[in-house]
Amino acid sequence: MKTLEEIKKIREEKRKELDLRVNTSADTREKHILVCHGTGCTSSKSPKILENFRKIIEEKHIENVRVIQTGCFGLCAKGPIVIIRPEDVFYAMVKPEDCEEIIEKHIQNGELVERLLCKDIDNKVVKQLDELNFYKKQKRIALKNCGVIDPENIDEYIAFDGYKALEKVLFEMTPDSVIETVSASGLRGRGGAGFPTGKKWSFTKMAKGDQKYVVCNADEGDPGAFMDRSILEGDPHCVVEAMMIAGYAVGANKGYIYVRAEYPIAVKRFQKAIDAARGYGILGKNIWNTGFDFDLEVRLGAGAFVCGEETALLESIEGRRGQPRLKPPFPANEGLFGKPTLINNVETYANITKIILNGAEWYSSIGTEKSKGTKVFALGGNVNNIGLVEVPMGVTLREIVFDIGGGIPNGRKFKAAQTGGPSGGCITEENLDTPIDYESLQSIGSMMGSGGLIVMDDSKCMVNLAKFYLGFTVDESCGKCTPCRIGTRRLLDMLTRITEGKGEEGDVEKLEELCKNIQKASVCGLGQTAPNPVLSTIKYFRDEYEEHIRDKKCRAGECKALMKLHIDPELCKGCGLCKRNCPVDAITGEVKQTHVIDPEKCIKCGTCINKCPFHAIKS
Amino acid sequence: MDNTRCEGCTGEDSKMQEILSSYEKNKDNLIQILNEVQEYYGYVPERAQLAISEYLSIPMAEIYGVITFYARFTLKPKGKYHLAICLGTACFVKGSEQILERAKERLGIVEGETTKDGKFSLEATRCIGACGLAPVFTVNDEVFGKATVKKLDEVLDKYMSEE
Repeated sequence: MKTLEEIKKIREEKRKELDLRVNTSADTREKHILVCHGTGCTSSKSPKILENFRKIIEEKHIENVRVIQTGCFGLCAKGPIVIIRPEDVFYAMVKPEDCEEIIEKHIQNGELVERLLCKDIDNKVVKQLDELNFYKKQKRIALKNCGVIDPENIDEYIAFDGYKALEKVLFEMTPDSVIETVSASGLRGRGGAGFPTGKKWSFTKMAKGDQKYVVCNADEGDPGAFMDRSILEGDPHCVVEAMMIAGYAVGANKGYIYVRAEYPIAVKRFQKAIDAARGYGILGKNIWNTGFDFDLEVRLGAGAFVCGEETALLESIEGRRGQPRLKPPFPANEGLFGKPTLINNVETYANITKIILNGAEWYSSIGTEKSKGTKVFALGGNVNNIGLVEVPMGVTLREIVFDIGGGIPNGRKFKAAQTGGPSGGCITEENLDTPIDYESLQSIGSMMGSGGLIVMDDSKCMVNLAKFYLGFTVDESCGKCTPCRIGTRRLLDMLTRITEGKGEEGDVEKLEELCKNIQKASVCGLGQTAPNPVLSTIKYFRDEYEEHIRDKKCRAGECKALMKLHIDPELCKGCGLCKRNCPVDAITGEVKQTHVIDPEKCIKCGTCINKCPFHAIKS
Repeated sequence: MDNTRCEGCTGEDSKMQEILSSYEKNKDNLIQILNEVQEYYGYVPERAQLAISEYLSIPMAEIYGVITFYARFTLKPKGKYHLAICLGTACFVKGSEQILERAKERLGIVEGETTKDGKFSLEATRCIGACGLAPVFTVNDEVFGKATVKKLDEVLDKYMSEE
């Protein structure tokens, strides 16, 4: 247990000690080697890198050097990432066997290890993190501590203003003034729907009940989104602190966080954060003698996308099948165990402490008129800089994809970007310059969603993409209501037929009609938004649907059933490689003569395309 | 996860009791308990379901309903090596479908099945959040990023050659 005074002392002392993490001209003889321990880098052996550094430092008796695990730096494509502070030198794609060289050259001799420096998209070698185009347009609020502190060390969190917002709230603010501040900041739900956070808090506060709950939705099921995971892995205490502030504001003394079991590192670090906060007396009874009680519990999900829907999530916490409830009553009035419950998403909570400390005015000065603050996007797919980016609302998609993301690899062309995952829609070239906020994305047929942003180049078939998303919703539909359970299945059947070349005239219109019915008649958000990928691909790529149906042609070459392979006689040299490798003996031809594919026998496996050294096989 | 413990769970009742006794007899603990059972045995054996049913006073039918609702719970043992290929959007866009096809071809099973010798099982999984490394697949707890058909072949060759 620590008193408030003791915590303040930790903050002051630790802050001095850790100044070199954020200040390149810090007055210190120490060096900190930061090794990314987010999921991406952990999968490429960053724990081994950390171990090697520590071993070498011990063997060589090097002093004044510390090796620290941190959360995600964001640029996952260049992982595993190692950063050396205070000079802020950035090493990319480090292997465990590189540690020795980094220690000898960089730490002991003060030279850079040139070959491990990161190359920017324009091939310029970059020494420091901030020089990278990837970071130039970013503004980190929710991810502020990710990549700066050791997420498993509560003292490091405290050093960077940790639990200071809680102190301010408990000693200087009333619950109403907390809610006023959150409302005035303009913060909206980052889970996707964008409901004003302050309003949600005030509804829960106003609800009558002897017991209230605060819940954190960390069931990040949207494929391609991993910002919530990164926040929990990189800065778990900021979510603990924000949930406590929410508890104080709405009058709850118990919180639950519902995390996907597929995120073991996030679960472990969050549990550690809870234990550490309890150990310091920050969580528990009569916190800092203010009379405020609060405790937290982790609940694991078990692999059901629909549990990201707030009422399904509550069902799941209660130990049942995660099927959504009918609304109203809303959770603010009748939520967990029938009691008034506040549910917010991880990223929403991650903004709270900063709003309390810096004020509503500061936060609302960032962003657009109706969407304030920043949004974290998980940038993925066919883009050079894959990773996590946090940008002010109002930047354009072009800036994200081309300036931050570094454009499309392999000399290909941008075709579309998908936001909002299986609930969202695609954005095409013509809308690249739309400033991103909740309203603008909706007006172009997509949605903010939780922040997955998948970029696709011109090798992607949009009909196949719609089919992919529908396959997902069919699997994940909970089965409670008919429009979603059967409707999405029918959509998938139709899309499958079209991609197999069995589409008929009028199919597109049928798809559109069914989509509208599913949107109107489904019980929860999953069903209501499931048709979005179909509608938006039809809106922007109707010609591709029609090509599939009328001409039995897939211009991207992704729909295998529509592929017709033939050998270009101009390019074929008659080497026979394709013939020897064809698994069904569909290719005939004499040596040094043009070969021919028998379309009856061909199974379109594509082996010959990969084998032909002269690129003579065309689809 | 050690999948060799799942032979009908005989003699494992003490572990089952240990798991149960760490939870209060509240119905809302069902999913927590199932997660632990799945983790330990590699599936949820019928005997475990019975024990949970008695402990929490929840009918077997309801427990079955919960198990079959959530993708993480299985009623059959997984293979010694559980191969999971990510079909999240980021991986899909980067061609994970081809890797899944190759896995099916090599193992002679489809998603959700286990090979006859119990050595391999295959799953097409949803996003595991390692999108920076797309496409990815996992074998038990190990993640293989920036995967190709060739890389999958190498990994499978290694496990297949094992006795």
